Amino acid sequence: MADVIASPGVKVGEHGHPINYLTATEDGFLKNVWSWMTTVDHKRIGVMYLASVMAAFGLGGFFALLVRLYLLTPGHELMKGFMDSEAYNRAFTMHGAVMVFLFIIPSVPAALGNFVLPLMLGAKDVAFPRLNLASYYLYVTGALMAVVVLVQGAVDTGWTFYTPYSTTTSGPVTWMTMAAFVLGFSSIFTGINFIATVHKLRAPGMGWFDMPLFVWGIYATAIIQVLATPVLGITLVLLAIERSFQIGIFDSRIGGDPVLFQHFFWFYSHPAVYIMILPGMAIISEIIPTFSRKVIFGYRSIAFSSLAIALISFIVWGHHMFVSGQSQLATVVFSFITFLVAIPSGIKVFNWVATMWRGNISLETPMLYAISFLLLFTIGGLTGIFLGALATDVHLTDTYFVVAHFHYVMMGGTVIAFIGGLHYWWPKMTGRMYNEKLGAIACALIFIGFNVTFMSQFFLGSLGMPRRYANYLQQFQPLHAFSTFGSWILAAGFLLTLGYLWASLRSGARAPANPWGGTTLEWRTQSPPITHNFEDQPIVTEGPYDYRPGKVSA
Amino acid sequence: MSTTTVDLHGHPVDGEEHPHNPHHQHHFKTMQQQNDAVKIGMWLFLATEVLLFGGLFVGFAMMQNRYPDAFFQAHHHLDKNLGFLNTVVLLVSSFTMVMAVYFSSKGVKEKGKVVAMLLLTILCACIFLGVKYFEYEHKIHEGLLPGKFYSHHGDTVPNQFVFFSFYFMMTGLHGFHILVGIGLLLWITIRANRGEFSGAYNTPVDLVGLYWHLVDLIWIYLFPLLYLIQ
Repeated sequence: MADVIASPGVKVGEHGHPINYLTATEDGFLKNVWSWMTTVDHKRIGVMYLASVMAAFGLGGFFALLVRLYLLTPGHELMKGFMDSEAYNRAFTMHGAVMVFLFIIPSVPAALGNFVLPLMLGAKDVAFPRLNLASYYLYVTGALMAVVVLVQGAVDTGWTFYTPYSTTTSGPVTWMTMAAFVLGFSSIFTGINFIATVHKLRAPGMGWFDMPLFVWGIYATAIIQVLATPVLGITLVLLAIERSFQIGIFDSRIGGDPVLFQHFFWFYSHPAVYIMILPGMAIISEIIPTFSRKVIFGYRSIAFSSLAIALISFIVWGHHMFVSGQSQLATVVFSFITFLVAIPSGIKVFNWVATMWRGNISLETPMLYAISFLLLFTIGGLTGIFLGALATDVHLTDTYFVVAHFHYVMMGGTVIAFIGGLHYWWPKMTGRMYNEKLGAIACALIFIGFNVTFMSQFFLGSLGMPRRYANYLQQFQPLHAFSTFGSWILAAGFLLTLGYLWASLRSGARAPANPWGGTTLEWRTQSPPITHNFEDQPIVTEGPYDYRPGKVSA
Repeated sequence: MSTTTVDLHGHPVDGEEHPHNPHHQHHFKTMQQQNDAVKIGMWLFLATEVLLFGGLFVGFAMMQNRYPDAFFQAHHHLDKNLGFLNTVVLLVSSFTMVMAVYFSSKGVKEKGKVVAMLLLTILCACIFLGVKYFEYEHKIHEGLLPGKFYSHHGDTVPNQFVFFSFYFMMTGLHGFHILVGIGLLLWITIRANRGEFSGAYNTPVDLVGLYWHLVDLIWIYLFPLLYLIQ
């Protein structure tokens, strides 16, 4: 047991096992499983969410690899007899739906946020622990419904379920929309929980501007989750009822308006884009000061930028519909408002770079991901301006340029930040250190693979390759092949990550309480934390990123 | 950095603890903090309800704008008097609900009044659903049904089925909320009868009250929207 006792500050139970939230269980395997399934501990719920979203990421990634493999050549020689263009339509739909609803929306808030947010606030738990567990089971229910859809042969509408195709095509579209409806309520409950937690459970002495910026980001996200998701819920119900009873709202054959569906859908789904990216930005705001050993530059402007992005997100949905037949006036207005998003996003990027300036930078894996984020998110953000500008958008709408743009933001931004955050808090969550060298190699593979996969798609799109098409002209083949090769490098990077993280659970070195020299409250308790998080209620006396010499506890 | 000593369950043990309330959850330091957090949660939930109905209201407005004549003709099939009756019934129920919340904060000695007021609220809810039942029966009999089930004869203006699609979706979703409300009211009636509520803890009554007022409020909007088209 020497390795256990070697880490000072860790309590050891009567059998020599360290006491923490992972080991605080009952005897017997079944009782143990039951204690996890009925837990109201935010840390355990976070861990269960984490395992679930990673499984969803694997499933969505599998569909992505299928799509890229199918597009390797225009004749689809490799996939003859295995996959036709109908199956291709279903594969890209399931890729999008699984990645958006099952992976990326819950990834940072529900998995990492659940674990970290109460710790950062110095709280014992979230405000409503049972609602938190209910949210997880709603997620599982929605995920199982999506599996039912897969077993029934999947849907081919694209993840956006656009009418009139979605009201006329066969397949389990109603099931898929109801799965998304249930997942939406899971997301709403998480949001309600986090807002109440941030308002009411901050540690004594922690004012609004003493909160870590991760909390600000998650708080802004929660506002969107609560205010936008119900509209998606009712929209999907209307779509399901239209399919079943022909009520005449979206189907133009019976007097409905398909563009109205697009308005309803994007009124949620554009804010949802910020549900996806704000938590990514929140993670970066933690990693960069920690690994630059500097106070974050422009704390308040980053905090307010998060709120600004949340508010602006509600009034830009029309930019998805520049060529859908909305009025020209609306198009011009939406275009102008869209440019506003660039301001708070730009403020954040400049503040992160300014934080690194003359910092004492150390390049551990989380920081490598944070720097990757800065590069990739900036490319994603700048190409968003091309798409927000009316004249260029008419040319680029529904091409691979759009596909590349949102993958640079969603994957180059959020997924990269998520993996960075996963490495950052992995020692806290599991009590183990991962292999730093393999971490750096995997990060390099993912960074290179990502750019090979998606940079080529910017070129494809600007040359006129439409998105979602199963076939293409021979002249696009080299770029498509390049993109497909990239997807294999990406897959290798992710598999390597999975491998060494898994190995660290068994053979990783024991993590100290504060392996990175972080200043926020989660580093002031042992790794992994005890069930009630802190031995004593922490009292906050200074700001969250105080890197003056002698201030950081080991 | 100073510290506060807490016991295994996180309660302070430095002697300044007030009498322990059995409804006090361990992760809140005080009952006040717990009540505030729960209130915030409830208001946020009500906001999501408003947005859920909001989608239907916007859809209704868009379709009414598209087919003004059809909506005007279709609304003549609704009985204004029954709609008005139900509006009055719900307004009365909101009053009895407020009184239930008021008496519940007065302590256990007033529990008889709390139970009486809650039972009156439930009675109003049942009257509302009864009236709604007769209205629905009339519509079904006439074939004034949503979507493809619409089979009313003798229409002079087409597309009236769209109005009835919205009529049934909106009143149906509202009626579902009334049903859930009855369940919640029964639950707190039983708890009030057991004497669980006091000045220090009447949060469930308060929260169900908030919910009930929202359900009432939505009907206040639905009544003119559906029954009183100009």
